[in-house]
Amino acid sequence: MGSTITEKILAAHCGKKVVEAGEFIEPKVDIALSNDVTGPLAIKEFRKSGVKKVFDKNKIALVMDHFTPNKDILSAEHVKFVREFAKEQKIKHYYEGGNVGVEHALLPEKGIVVPGDVIIGADSHTCTYGALGAFSTGVGSTDVAAAMATGKVWFKVPQSIKFVLTGKLNKWVSGKDIILYIIGLIGVDGALYQAMEFTGPLCKKLTMADRFTIANMAIEAGGKSGIFTPDEITEKYIAKRAQRKYKFYTSDKDAKYHKTLEIDCSKIYPQVSLPFLPSNTKAAKDVKKTYIDQVVIGSCTNGRIEDLRVAAAIIKKGKKVNPNVRTLIIPATPDVFSQALAEGLMKIFMDAGCIISAPTCGPCLGGHMGILAAGERCVATTNRNFTGRMGHTKSEVILSNPAVAAASAIKGYIATPDEI
Amino acid sequence: MSDMILKGKVHKYGSNVNTDEIIPARYLNTTDPDTLAKYCMEDIDKDFVKRVKKGDIIVAENNFGCGSSREHAPIAIKAAGVSAVIANSFARIFFRNSINIGLPILESPEAVKAIKNGDTVEINLNKGIIKNLTKKEEYKSQPFPEFMQKIIKAGGLLGYIKDN
Repeated sequence: MGSTITEKILAAHCGKKVVEAGEFIEPKVDIALSNDVTGPLAIKEFRKSGVKKVFDKNKIALVMDHFTPNKDILSAEHVKFVREFAKEQKIKHYYEGGNVGVEHALLPEKGIVVPGDVIIGADSHTCTYGALGAFSTGVGSTDVAAAMATGKVWFKVPQSIKFVLTGKLNKWVSGKDIILYIIGLIGVDGALYQAMEFTGPLCKKLTMADRFTIANMAIEAGGKSGIFTPDEITEKYIAKRAQRKYKFYTSDKDAKYHKTLEIDCSKIYPQVSLPFLPSNTKAAKDVKKTYIDQVVIGSCTNGRIEDLRVAAAIIKKGKKVNPNVRTLIIPATPDVFSQALAEGLMKIFMDAGCIISAPTCGPCLGGHMGILAAGERCVATTNRNFTGRMGHTKSEVILSNPAVAAASAIKGYIATPDEI
Repeated sequence: MSDMILKGKVHKYGSNVNTDEIIPARYLNTTDPDTLAKYCMEDIDKDFVKRVKKGDIIVAENNFGCGSSREHAPIAIKAAGVSAVIANSFARIFFRNSINIGLPILESPEAVKAIKNGDTVEINLNKGIIKNLTKKEEYKSQPFPEFMQKIIKAGGLLGYIKDN
């Protein structure tokens, strides 16, 4: 019997010919990631192990992106604590200040994570790198601490669900809409403990940006990972960036799946997830007039240059954002920011009355830079709309793609780009 | 290994209790367990910390602990005095984190269905038996694996790695 791409990558990292779903393994990790929220805990735990040096200073990434630029004294102390550890251990991939971007946009952009890798991160959206054809999953700080000490992590090999994406995309439909639609279909625990493998003829037409967005939200369906088969689009993206050798794996034709779901994507219209679960999806065009107070365009889900281009085109057409809507533009990385400047997108945003922020996770998790008051409502290109996620427990977050977010910023209510 | 017995009053919740509700991000600028404990469950049950007593048990339906990977969530629960969480199912990162920091968690749909808020429950981790002392009933779960019990006794995964 054949193996899935996930089983092949995991087998290669624990020196086995094959591994099977359900088996406990201890693979080597290529990158262990943490940030300014989870890093301090990981370092404290690492100290408990009695190990003096990290297993490999080139295989650890510490990205200070959540509450930075430091939002308060305690956050500043956290970053200082991690910075001192990074210096002491000579960590190669330490990012802070003008170098920092939202971790899951930054690491692929810098070629720190590559196809065929096993990556763990003390951040649930670590599953993003599956877009490259890597096994990548979120864990806790203690897991990262153990990996920093030993270079390994324990896993149960996940079963895989195969999503066969077919059809032709409707106008304004992007990776975000595909993944929101799927989460709406299977629920927030529809892929619990499982690998979500995205295949099918439509995949060949999905850009890397779309793939990152789709893999990024696998966790919102409870998934352990999301993964795409690497192809020429992956090759084009990674060849110029990769800091290490990489390897493309593909699933065998006779690989075993827990189940296979065909998703006819031509049925999908731009989606929104209404409060308070990502699975509470609806086509944006079917939502009754809902006024909003804020729009956030950014995050590890949708803060890439492709996202800003889509948003800028709509905002340019609408000229000004609605005066009742605070519209925050948060480029995910410094490179995205520079590129947006070079293309004139930032001028469009400024002229329209948007607020432009430094790269940060910021409001996505209710950290800073755009917190909501009681009764306020925000359309966001982020990934979670739980109770109180962006601020007060009586505030609301509606998830969407960048086109719907931009259209809503202009109209002042949840709108579709066709209304502009 | 002698049997690990946990006993306390139940605080019951529904499905998809997420880590933002267990410990909101506004408190993630600290890693101190006692500080985190003060805000435990704040966004789903404001008075939880006023009611909770040492040894108490959280019971919930599906997908408990979904969302963010923050280990602060099980740390807050443990530091608030909760001795165990019983649910139909757990989100996978929360599951790992709980084991790694030494918070006992058990899956038992049978127990979740029968136990009511405020019941007093006694858990035998070695045998995987949950006794409802209020209702005088008994439910089954999986026995808690010995290595996980050792992690709990060592105060977490890193303590366990050091001991072994």
